[in-house]
Amino acid sequence: MRYDALIIGAGLSGLAAGIRLAMFDKKVLIVEKHVEIGGLNSFYTRKHRTFDVGLHAMTNYTPKGTRSSPLGKLLKQLRFRHEEFRLCQQVMSEIRFPEKALRFTNDFGFLEQEVAEQFPREADGFQKLVAHIRAFDELNLDDTEKISSRKILEHYLSDPLLIDMLYCPTMYYGNAREGDMDFYQFVIMFKSIFMEGFAKPVGGMPYILNLMLDKYQTLGGEIRMGCGVQSIASKDGELQAVHLADGATVQADKVISSAGYVETMRLCDSCGEDEKPDRVGQISFMESLFVLDQEPKELGFDKSIIFFSTRPQFHYRVPDTLIDVTSGVFCCPNNFEYPEPLAEGMLRLTNMASFKMWDGLVRKDYRAAKKEQGRRAVEALLAFFPDFRDHVIYEDAFTPKTIHKYTGHLNGAVYGSPEKAKDGLTPVKNLFICGTDQGFLGIIGATLSGISMANRHVLQAEPNLENG
Amino acid sequence: MTRDQVRQAVLDIIIDIAPDEDFSAIKDEENLRDQFDLDSMDFLDIVMELRKRFNLEVPEKDYPELISMASSVEYLFPRLKDWKLAS
Repeated sequence: MRYDALIIGAGLSGLAAGIRLAMFDKKVLIVEKHVEIGGLNSFYTRKHRTFDVGLHAMTNYTPKGTRSSPLGKLLKQLRFRHEEFRLCQQVMSEIRFPEKALRFTNDFGFLEQEVAEQFPREADGFQKLVAHIRAFDELNLDDTEKISSRKILEHYLSDPLLIDMLYCPTMYYGNAREGDMDFYQFVIMFKSIFMEGFAKPVGGMPYILNLMLDKYQTLGGEIRMGCGVQSIASKDGELQAVHLADGATVQADKVISSAGYVETMRLCDSCGEDEKPDRVGQISFMESLFVLDQEPKELGFDKSIIFFSTRPQFHYRVPDTLIDVTSGVFCCPNNFEYPEPLAEGMLRLTNMASFKMWDGLVRKDYRAAKKEQGRRAVEALLAFFPDFRDHVIYEDAFTPKTIHKYTGHLNGAVYGSPEKAKDGLTPVKNLFICGTDQGFLGIIGATLSGISMANRHVLQAEPNLENG
Repeated sequence: MTRDQVRQAVLDIIIDIAPDEDFSAIKDEENLRDQFDLDSMDFLDIVMELRKRFNLEVPEKDYPELISMASSVEYLFPRLKDWKLAS
């Protein structure tokens, strides 16, 4: 069975790549090793409830009619109308540090005002930084210059607290690197969080994923679930075939993999030296979720998302312990402008976590540790937030190990490698990468990654025949 | 196809690609990218739709021919002359 393209992974980037190819009549197959679609931004069901996993909200919200924004481009390219995404905007979010708080909404002017009020001496520097960000072309796939964002931020801003406060959300929502981030990545995150904004779709990830899967299949795309890849065969540096875990062999002209760069190289039978273990992503999280007997706002939680640090200095790095409770992200999914309130109150708490530490635990210690670390994480929150513990009717938690188990990403890394393959190329001809290791992150970013890689390497790379 | 049919075919493609834009006042002689919010991804789609609908390959060196409606019609007319539209 020969395909024009085989796509590894039915997460957002794989599904988006699939839609683009099926739309132009390519014979395409997506293979997904898990039984569910979604990858790093997916969902699961427990006790009749469905929980989203991955990002707490979609970033990059722009209203209908904004055609040149990442969301606008994605809707055009996948031929969806804005209303089909059923996006409900955030109420208000906050960056909360011990001394100061900065609130922000989907109106960027609100944050500009907060910065001017909270950091009056930085107001001018902040405006210059914003101008620099606005002028920067962060989506340029061919720009390989490495610029440290910290250098640029320190150039415009002199208060380290403001720098740390800007880093808290931009790092938590997309930084694959500890301590610093490439400036183009910082621009992507700054624009997507502050200049554009947050929204959640009615129906959550299951709705969005099913919308995409439906379009893909309606356009003629094929998908096989519970079907992992065993190996990718190549000869003289060129793709030959893909062997699936069920024993079948697939021939495809091109393969686009969303499994991760190193993960994909390890599938290649002749890529020993290309494994590059230093390219494995490191950043992963522990997340606890709580179902409440009331709306969060009735318990005093009126914000949509809170990026907090319990210490004056923010350190974004893999902890030496199981989790780092000194900072994190706290989401109240109910606090979005839904047409109808959600069925139940919910809270999600995310902290940085060490895959290595979790992976080192034996099964019974692992279960006990989840409980213990979940407890510690909530206690750290109580320094600034009301105690909601008596209102919890159900809770669950997952760790970097859970993420690794269901997505195959090494270390349970959620943002891929710090070194991105922006051009999507690998050492094997006709084998390409999309997703977190290509570099566009977040729900919108990953979708754009799949679109861009499908466009560049399959649709645009067609041999151009002269029409006689 | 007649020139008018070619023009309509191109218009149909760009309407599908940019459904939110108003093409009723399109100026055929002017640059499409100046009149409407069309970027390189949209341009790729115009080329892809020409291939899909008319089995016509537009080589990359010819992309500048599609800069305006008028130049697109001039470029495509000889290439689509023999194409029979479904009635």
